[in-house]
Parts: sequence; C-alpha cells; structure tokens
Amino acid sequence: MAEHLYGVLAEFESPERLLEATRQAMEAGYRDLDAFTPFPVEGLDRVVRLPRPTISFAGLGGAIAGAGAALLMQFYVNYDYPLNVGGRPVYAISAFAVVTFELTILFSALAMLIAMLWQNGLPRLNYPVFAAKRFHRASRDRFFLCVNAQDALFDERETRAFLSGIGALSVELVPK
Amino acid sequence: MSEESDILPTRQSMGGISDQLTGIPLYFPAERRWLIAMLFASALLLLLLVSAIELFARGVGIWGINIPVNWAFAIHNYVWWLGIGHAGTLISALLLLTGSEWRNSLNRFAETMTLFAVVCAGIYPILHLGRPWYVYWMFPYPATMGVWPQFRSPLEWDIWAVMTYLTVSLAFWYTGLIPDLAAARDRATRRGWQIFFGITALGWRGSARHWLRWSQTYRLMAGLAVPLVVSVHSEVSLLFAAGQIPGWHSTIFPPYFVLGAAFSGFAVVSIIAVALRSWFGLENLVTDDHLDVLGKVLLATGLMTAYGYVFEVFDALYSGEEHELQTLADRCTGAYAWTYWGAVIFNFIPLQALWWRLVRRTGWMLLLISVSVAIGMWLERYMILVTSLYRDFLVSSWSHFTPTFWDWSTYFGTIGLFLVPFLIAIRLIPMISISETKELLHEEKEEKHG
Repeated sequence: MAEHLYGVLAEFESPERLLEATRQAMEAGYRDLDAFTPFPVEGLDRVVRLPRPTISFAGLGGAIAGAGAALLMQFYVNYDYPLNVGGRPVYAISAFAVVTFELTILFSALAMLIAMLWQNGLPRLNYPVFAAKRFHRASRDRFFLCVNAQDALFDERETRAFLSGIGALSVELVPK
Repeated sequence: MSEESDILPTRQSMGGISDQLTGIPLYFPAERRWLIAMLFASALLLLLLVSAIELFARGVGIWGINIPVNWAFAIHNYVWWLGIGHAGTLISALLLLTGSEWRNSLNRFAETMTLFAVVCAGIYPILHLGRPWYVYWMFPYPATMGVWPQFRSPLEWDIWAVMTYLTVSLAFWYTGLIPDLAAARDRATRRGWQIFFGITALGWRGSARHWLRWSQTYRLMAGLAVPLVVSVHSEVSLLFAAGQIPGWHSTIFPPYFVLGAAFSGFAVVSIIAVALRSWFGLENLVTDDHLDVLGKVLLATGLMTAYGYVFEVFDALYSGEEHELQTLADRCTGAYAWTYWGAVIFNFIPLQALWWRLVRRTGWMLLLISVSVAIGMWLERYMILVTSLYRDFLVSSWSHFTPTFWDWSTYFGTIGLFLVPFLIAIRLIPMISISETKELLHEEKEEKHG
C-alpha cells in the first residue's frame, strides 16, 4: 500500500512538543519511529525505547588491541635487536609503559569513531528524508518526528491526520 | 534561575545562532581584514619555507646550537607549541566531562588551535634531525640493517605520543564538527558550498539513533583525551627529566610541564577568544562571563605553575648537590638570568591583575595579560633548556648559546604555519559549536520557564 513511501514527517516547534508528540505516537501504537533534531534531545531515547548504544564495547576492544599491539611490538623489537644499555633489562615494562598507553588510547578512539559511523550507516550521500521540503530546518531550529512506512499501523491518510492532530506545524509525505 | 546564572543571553533564538555561525563561512563578513591577516601570515609562512630550504641545504649549523647547548630553539619551541595545544583539549574534553557550560562557546576554536599548534610542534624535531629525509627511521620497519628503534628511550616515546595526540585530537575535533557541518550544508545555497559541506558532513541527518551513538562516542573520546594530554606532556618532560643534566633531573618535571602547558595554552585561547569575538561580533556567544571564567582559569593555572617554580628552587636546595646548586645560581644570576627573571615577571606579575573582576571581563586587558603569559612561557622554555645545558658537569665544555637569524626566522615562520591554516579554517568551518550552543541555550530557557 505504502511501498512508494518512506514515511510521514511531522515538524514540531520545540523539543518538549516533540517529546510529547512522540509519547502520544507510542501510546497510539506506532513503533517504527525516528526523530530528527538539531541537537540531542534528552529523554527521547527512552520514549522511543531505543537500545543503549554499544560504542563503548568498540572502544574497549580498540583499547585492548592497542595495548596488545604496542606490547607485542616493543617486546619483539627488543627480542630481535637486544641492545645492552648499561646492563638494564632488555624487556623493560616500565619503559614500555608510555608507548603502550598512547597506542591504547589511539586504537580505542579510532575504533569508537569508526564504530559510530559504521553503526549510523555513515557516510552516505543521500537519504529519503533529505527530499522533504522543510527538512533543512532539522539542523536549525525545528524538531521532526518521522513515522516509518514500515510501521504495522502505518496508513497514509490516518497517520497524516494523527500527526496533524497532535500539534505538528507541518506534515509531509516522504517518498522512498 | 536568575539572569546571573546564564552564560548565554537567553534572548536569542536557535535559528539566529545557526544563521550567525554558519553565516561566517558561507557569507564571510570580514573579507578585507581577513586578507590583511592572511597576507601577514603568508609572509611568515614564506619565511619558514626559506628557512627550511636554507636548513636543508646547509644543515643545522646555521642555527646557534653547538656542544654543549645542542638542544635549543628546536626543542624549546617544540615544547612551547605543544603546550599551547594542550589547552584546547583540556577546555574541550575535561570541561565536557565536568559539565561546564561555558566550554560550549570556546571548544571549537580551541580544538582547532590544538591541531595547528601540534603541527607546528611536530615539524621542529623533524627540522632538528639534520637529515630530515630520514625521519622514517623513527618508525619500526624491517630495515635491511636489522636495526629497530630504541623503545626504552624517551626520544622514541615522543614520536608515538605526538602522533597519537595529533590523531586523537583530529578525531575528536571532527566528531564534534559533523553535526555543524550538516547545519552549514542545510543552509548553503551556492553549489560549491553544498558540495563541500555535503561531503564533509558525511550525510549527517540528526536522527535520534545517531545522536545517541554520537553522544556516547563524543563523551568517551573526551574521557580518553584528558589522560592523553597529561601523558603527552609528562612524556615531553621526560625528554628532560630522564637525563642527568642538573636542572632537569627532577620528579617535579611532569606536573610542572603539564601545568605550564595548560597555562600557556589558556593564554592563547584567551587571545583567540578576544580576537575572534571582536572580529566577528560574537559577543552574544562569547560573553563577558566567558572571558571572566577564562581569566580565572588562567590565574589558577598560573599560580600552579608558580608553585612549580618554587618547588624547582626547593628541589635544588634540598638536594644539596653541587651541580644542581650551581645551575640554580646560573639561572638567577648567570648569563641567561634575563630568561629566568623575564619568565617570572612576564608570567606572574601582570597575571595578578586577574584577581580583579573588571580586568577579567575587559577583553583588551585579558588579551594583554595573555600575550604577556605567552611570552613568559616562551622565556621559561628557553631558560629550562639553555641554563641547564650551557654549564653542565664538564667545565671544559662550558659554552654559550646565541640564537642566529635562522633560529629566529624559523620560529617566527612557525607562527605563520599556525596562522595560515587557522585563518583558512575560519573561512571553512563554524568556529563555535552550533549544536552544543543551541543545546545549552535550550537548557537555559527551559530552566527559566520551568
């Protein structure tokens, strides 16, 4: 029925209005929702029941990989080229600490950045919502709620009417 | 909540902030002034180029360095630039974690400052190599000679620390920038800008799911950046403290260097804040309250640095070691006493004016004090290097260091290397974080009504 549609996009004036509208949409039974806002709106993730982000695990993985790589590298080069400096130990953990620490942080930070972009499906050049006429204000001062066409309750006319009914400034159909 | 507690004036709108900040790159308001600044900066950069060509053609002998002062401007300016960079990360990351609202108007240009300051720092050791085309010898690669870099040396730690610092700073800066690039993309009307911001914004659309992951990434990166700063400058101090030279071999060095770095960096952040705000009329975002807090932070880090000075003297006296005492005497009364007293005076005397609220809130006064601190910290790095080296253990090798024309030209040249990309960045990206200032504005308004 709605195969040519991505969803319906409703514009709200403030984060509070958006939160309230999202709450009402959830109560009405809509589940496949997304919001587009100029800054992170506190509490929105709880209303839409988004899962907790898992970037921290990527960061942890990166940290362990970084520390491991740094230690392996330093042990190996000292094994391959053991230089006696005044009788000091060749495998000197305390001397390896700095490079190990730096690489732990380096790998961890990069892993998180890559994981964030990967999970967000970025970079990408286009996305259906960009076609909406008023969407350019989503990065400026307006707060958008989108009901996806995939939603079980989605109906072109009814969903539009519902969103207008809960105080949207404008409601727009977004083609796929 | 009263008006007093707001750091941003609440009478502005989100759309207004967006238009104002994206408008700086999109409809650049100060073409003529920018061109004059760019001309000046390019001249300095040209000076660096000429100096580098001369250096590569004739070798490091064109500088005033020799035994025993074989580390002078190259390392001294390296430490100075790197230290300046650290304040950008501290403002951005540390204050994000502590939830200090005033950071939101300052973090973007402070981080941009960090990036280019680290670049200026980074080229110095390479120039100092003498044969800079062999810089790749610093990295572990399977060389035909079967030699590896020495990982038990602070000099090797240094390259890893600085490379990591540059990369992580860049990643942190870019992560924070993505939503703002999207804001600029959505407002751009000219084709070129649409393509530029369209590509650099990576298709950011402000989805709730995206913001959630973005916030976690941004905060965790900040959490990593803070210990990174401390480790990087501690490591830099170990270049000195791990040696036995009197005046260097001290455990106070790591905190002393980190605090000094933050001190000089906050001074440069203040200079840039005052300059940018008057240049682009950003008084509504970088308010007098911001300058007030910057002044307080400058004063606090300055006093902590002063503690380092006191402790350095104490350290030498308490050791009772002959060479340490001699270095102390050389610092206070020797041939380079001007650097020691210059550092003390420039760093700490004008600084005391910051105890007064009026001084902190007056842009030009804060600017002058900050310039004085930047000069003072420059003299301090000079002092730490030269006064320790010129008269070390071996009396027969005592000698002096006098900077040559090429020392100075290289140093002033790096100021061009800092300013040119900074001026270009002003034209390309929003210099104040748009999404974060809007979020703060919203919170303030909410508190007022709720």
